[in-house]
Amino acid sequence: MAVADSSGPTVVVDDLHVVYRVYGAGGDKGTAATALMRVMKRQRRPSVREVHAIRGVSFVVNHGDAIGIIGRNGSGKSTLLQAVAGLLPPEQGCVYTSGQAALLGVNAALLDDLTGERNVVLGCLAMGMSPQQVKDRYQSIVDFSGVGNFIDYPMRTYSTGMAQRLRFSIASAKSHEILMIDEALATGDANFRAKSHEKIMELRGEAGTVFLVAHNLAEIEASCNRVIWLEKGKIMMQGYDVPAVVDAYLEATGGEPRKRDKVEDHHSA
Amino acid sequence: MRERAGDQQGGPGTLTDDLTPPEAVRDDLPDEPLAELAARYQLRPSAARPGVFAYAGQLWARRHFIIGFATARNVAMYTEARLGQLWQVLTPLLNAAVYYLIFGIILDTSRGIPHFLDFLITGIFVFNFTQRAFITTSRVIPDSLPLIRALPFPRGCLPIGYVLIELEQLAMSMVVLTVIVLATGEPLTWYWLLAIPALLIQAVFNIGMGLFLARLGAGADDFSQLMPFLVRTWMYCSGVMYSISTVSFDRKHPTVGFLLQVNPAAVFIDLVRDAILATQRDGWPGSKPYNAALCKLYDLNGAHLENSAYCHGTVTMNELWLLGAGWAIVAIVVGYVFFWQAETKYGRG
Repeated sequence: MAVADSSGPTVVVDDLHVVYRVYGAGGDKGTAATALMRVMKRQRRPSVREVHAIRGVSFVVNHGDAIGIIGRNGSGKSTLLQAVAGLLPPEQGCVYTSGQAALLGVNAALLDDLTGERNVVLGCLAMGMSPQQVKDRYQSIVDFSGVGNFIDYPMRTYSTGMAQRLRFSIASAKSHEILMIDEALATGDANFRAKSHEKIMELRGEAGTVFLVAHNLAEIEASCNRVIWLEKGKIMMQGYDVPAVVDAYLEATGGEPRKRDKVEDHHSA
Repeated sequence: MRERAGDQQGGPGTLTDDLTPPEAVRDDLPDEPLAELAARYQLRPSAARPGVFAYAGQLWARRHFIIGFATARNVAMYTEARLGQLWQVLTPLLNAAVYYLIFGIILDTSRGIPHFLDFLITGIFVFNFTQRAFITTSRVIPDSLPLIRALPFPRGCLPIGYVLIELEQLAMSMVVLTVIVLATGEPLTWYWLLAIPALLIQAVFNIGMGLFLARLGAGADDFSQLMPFLVRTWMYCSGVMYSISTVSFDRKHPTVGFLLQVNPAAVFIDLVRDAILATQRDGWPGSKPYNAALCKLYDLNGAHLENSAYCHGTVTMNELWLLGAGWAIVAIVVGYVFFWQAETKYGRG
């Protein structure tokens, strides 16, 4: 964790290419007979396809940055975050980080069958906390998540929003140098959004780095000081002037222009 | 990734629109090569794998997580059942009942084995430990994808945790076994304590194999579909419901008999049987020629005159202990290294 000075970079992405395989992507009729024919003819499974999701992305992120990542569906936003977190190995190029990045994805539950309480404890232990630390922080995690009595219920009984709140609380219990949020706040209610917005600001204050993927552009403008616009796995545009990039994005994709004066109301509520 | 499914449908805001990103945006990048910049600030590649020994240290640091994971999974396994944790005892009991009905009563494979019920149930419980560990660990990575994609931790925790779950189940089975064995008149002796090291060696073996199988099962699903058949074949080869030494090919094809006796499952089963069952222990005291004369009386023109336990294996007890330890060491070293090699790839799905 030795960092030369707090103004240096925390994440360096150097000409990153990511290719992943998708199984079951259509193809044959899906019967045993067609599968047998395929094996006999020594064909590759047509349902396995390679997707070149990130095609040469480079950027440098500094301490205290909150990066918003925008782009249309399928432009590679989630893949980029997974690669930064080290969950998808790069095909070419490299991602350098100052520490382990925590990724909050769209999947809601950790261990579905277990109660919220067990999930909190296991999640914290998995992040490398000691049992004593977990005990100390347990109550504050539960309070922050605001799931209340549901903490004793299995997580499969949670609503999507509740599960994401709990996950966010677990992941933010430990101070990560790099926190990445992939649409994980999308289903939270207004109160939770305000709380998580505070948490993001706090992290930035501690010179941590935050990545935020959201289709809610108000969220991006309120939380981020820099934005990257991805298109077809490449950077279309990026910069510290968040409204300018967002406007260009909206213009290119045919969205309504944003009305800025509403942004402040949204989060001060 | 799921977002891509919508691409083919077109519609507003999808990739069918022609927006062409520029070749590269370099306006914010420093002039020096990025790799050098990263090195200057001591940044490390995010998809890097720890060293082979450092990884063991990481696993040790997560020991509380491994145990917590195993316990929680064990509890969750029966939450949907009305009888709850009672199934931990009922499952081995029912298992024992089914096998006794088929192999003990209907097929009568006892062939002069004294205390056949004890012999059979010991074999089933010991084999079941390895069987369940193999089948569950071959699915552990696909089963835990949400957890893997959510939190960074050494992935080896998962297969190890699954084996510990089965170890806990085994402990329950051993309690059941103790009751049955004592009820059928086996004496309680100090030898019983030998079952503990034998089962621990088996647990090490299972963890090693579990790591190995977890990596194989992480790729294509075909492997975990095949696994139950492989394990069942293995069970029929390992003398669970019969004594390998009494089967005729042991005398006609000594090499095959020898190979069956030194296979890990048979080794662990024999070690535990020898510890718990006095009749097995007495019949298997030394090396090859010891009870040959008595064994000959066993299969006289198809009539079973003598105690078949006199037909002991060609491998001595001491050799069995060495074999068991050897299998465990080979499994843990190979399995650990094999799993570690793919550490960064398990989230790919």
